[in-house]
Formats: sequence, structure tokens, C-alpha cells
Amino acid sequence: MPESAPFHPWAVLFTPENLRFLAWGFGVTLRIALGAMAISFAAGVVLGTARFAGDRFPESPLARGVAALATVYIEVIRNLPMLLIMLAVRFLTPIPAIWAAITGMSIFTAAIMAEIVRGGLMSVEQGQWEAAASQGLSLWQTLRWIVLPPALRRMVPALVSEFITITKDTTFAWSLGIQELLGSGVILFNRYLNAMQVFALIAVVFFTVDFLMSLAARALERRTGEGLATQ
Amino acid sequence: MGALLDAQSWRTLLENWPIFAAGLLQTVVASVLSMLLAAAIGLVMGAFALAPVRLLRWVNRVYVEFFRNTPLLVQVFFLYYGLPQVHVVIPTLWVGVLGLSIYTGAYIAEVLRAGFQAVPRGQMEAGLASGLTYSQVVRRIILPQALRFTLPPLTNQFVNLVKNSQVLALIAGFDLMYQTDSWSSQTALYVQAYIAAAVLYLALTLPLATWARRMERRMNRQLQRRADAGVTEVA
Repeated sequence: MPESAPFHPWAVLFTPENLRFLAWGFGVTLRIALGAMAISFAAGVVLGTARFAGDRFPESPLARGVAALATVYIEVIRNLPMLLIMLAVRFLTPIPAIWAAITGMSIFTAAIMAEIVRGGLMSVEQGQWEAAASQGLSLWQTLRWIVLPPALRRMVPALVSEFITITKDTTFAWSLGIQELLGSGVILFNRYLNAMQVFALIAVVFFTVDFLMSLAARALERRTGEGLATQ
Repeated sequence: MGALLDAQSWRTLLENWPIFAAGLLQTVVASVLSMLLAAAIGLVMGAFALAPVRLLRWVNRVYVEFFRNTPLLVQVFFLYYGLPQVHVVIPTLWVGVLGLSIYTGAYIAEVLRAGFQAVPRGQMEAGLASGLTYSQVVRRIILPQALRFTLPPLTNQFVNLVKNSQVLALIAGFDLMYQTDSWSSQTALYVQAYIAAAVLYLALTLPLATWARRMERRMNRQLQRRADAGVTEVA
């Protein structure tokens, strides 16, 4: 496709083939983000519940042991830079790059999710547990009908803000040799040398996705009137 | 994991300690410089949130929402590849510091806004009623209280900043992540490199994160005691 003179740094980004190229990179970004969201949330539920078990049943040695293991994982992992974990997975395992990115992100984010899950569980008052026990509900029934509904409602805003973080952090996959949205942008910039235009456009794409998510989180929080204080 | 137990590999790592030390130093320098600049940006932007002028409040919202909802790496690439486009050439370290400060400044602005709003309104009224000027009340009564509320979250932001300084690795900023990545690809001692880097990062972040949590607990207890004593503060 011959470039029509004069060359314009903005216009060149909006040719059909370049838009398709960026859209393809955005597809990769979404795949990484959704994969990391699903895996880190599942792992976070397990870790967070494990740590909460120690808070809830301090007299049980098993619960205390499980909680101690979860606590060590959470405190060590969340205080490391995520890129370190991503690069370690990339170089120390034989899995394909995109799975190394998803796995590395999930190992890190699971620790953050765990604290959100634990916070939600802790926010349910002690009295609720005692009332449920006095009604003869089993542990499972207590969780299913009494504890989990308000706990999950309160987790939602913090979980969504973590989803926003995941979406932003997919850009680090670029350093593992994956061509996601940022990678597509770098290739276009190398061709046209219009860095400010390319990266401004990519920032706008991310902003649109992330800001909509944050509006949704706020709307949910207002509707339920409940949320954990997140920083 | 044979690589983990290979004594020769660990000896090589120890012999090459200056490389990791240089990376650690660069990470610390970048983090401290960025924190100072981010605090300045956050203070100005946070103050805008409380300004009596609608335009300034609007500037605060746009700044905070835009920079918190776009990736730090995209912001840094914009500066790193974009500044030369408009013939501005500054050292790579400063490109990283600028990017980190703009990004972290948005978070700090939010922390400070919440801190200012946590100080009860009555404090301002009481200060003015006792004959202090508006700026005296802000400087001597409001600000000290607001900063006390915000010390734990600000410390957490600094921990995030240290972790986020990893972006320097992607613009050849010679930080700890960059040195780890380049040394490990030269020597192929990935296990040793990443364990060493993890230990060094944790030496920076864990003490700060722990200290922040202790402060937070202490403050919550103080607030609880005040509430128990019947001193209710309605913001």
C-alpha cells in the first residue's frame, strides 16, 4: 500500500491495515487480561480463605498451619515487582511466552486477590457466625447463606479495581516478547517515528476500558452501599 | 532443580555482586527522586480537589482519572520515545523518574484528598473562631492531622513505587531489574539471578510494608479509643 504524500503522523495510524494491526494486538491484551483475572481470582479465593481460616479458628492447629503457609506466600509475593516473577517464569519454565505472562501475572495477583477475599470475609461480624451456629446451621450452610453474600458484595469494588490493574499490567508481557497492544504500538512507531501519536492513542484505548470498569465499580458500590476501603 | 544446588553458580553470583549492587542503588535513587517529585505533584493536585474554584477541582479529577487508568509503561514509552520527537533529550534515569512521578502523583493526590477530607470540618471553624487566619489554620491544624492520617497509605505508595521502578528495565535504565535481566542472559544463571533480585527487592519493600501496617493498626486503635471515650468526630 503506497503512502500518499504528505505523510501525517496521526492519519497514518487510522489506515484500515494499521487499525487492524492495533486491534489484533488489543485482542492479545484482552486474552492475557482475562486469563490472569480468572486464574488469579480462583487462586486468591483459595489463599484468602486459607489465611482467613487462621483468623476464624485460632484454636485449630490445622487452620493455623494452613493460614501460616498462605500468609508467607502472600507477604513475600506481593512485595516483589511483578515483572521479576514474569521473567522468572519465562526463563525457568518451558511453557509458551503468552502462558508465561499469564502465569507470572497470576502468581503475583493471587496474593493481592487473597487479601481482598480475606478482607471481605473479615468484614462479616462475629455475631453473624454465632447466630448461625445457635440456629444449628453447619459450617457450609453458614458460609453459603449467611457469610458469603455480604462478604462477596463488599469485595466487588476492590476486585474490579484489581481487574483494572491487571489490564494495565498486561503491557509488561511486551518484555516477554509478546506482541500485545503496546507491542503493536512499538512496531508502528518504529515504522513511522510518530511516538507521541502512537502511545497517546494506546493510552486512550486503555483509558476507555479501565475508566468504564471503574465507573461500573462505583455504580455497584453505590447500589449495594457496601465496599471495602481500598487504597 | 540441579541449578539451585550448583555451588559454582552461587560463587559466580557472589563474585559479580557489584553488578547487583549498582542495580539496587539505581533502583533506590530512582525511587527516592520519584517519591519527592510525586509528593509535590500529589500535594498540588490534592489541594486542587478542595479548591473553591470549580475549574481546579475539574483539573484534579481529569488528572487523577487519566493517569490512574492508563498503564505506567505506556506513559513511560510516550516520554522515552516521544520527547526526542520534539527535540527534548534528557538522561534515561530522568525519563523514568518523570514517568514514575506523574503516575504515582495521581495516586498520592487521591490519598491526600481523602486525608484532608477526614479532618472534621469543626476543626476549621474552631480555628477561625479562635482568631487564626485561614492559612494558619490549614498549616498548623488541618495539615498536621491530614498527614498523620495519610502516613500509612503514603508509605504503601512508596512501596508500590519501588516495585514500579521495574519499568526502568524496559528503557535501559540500569536499575536492579535491568541488571538482573542482562546478567542472567549473559551467564545463563537464571535461578541465581532471580533469587538474588527477589531477596534485594524484599529487603527494600518488606520493612516498609510492615511498618505501614503497624502504623495503620496503631492509628485504628487510637480512633477506636477516642470513639469509646465518646469523642465522636463527624467529618
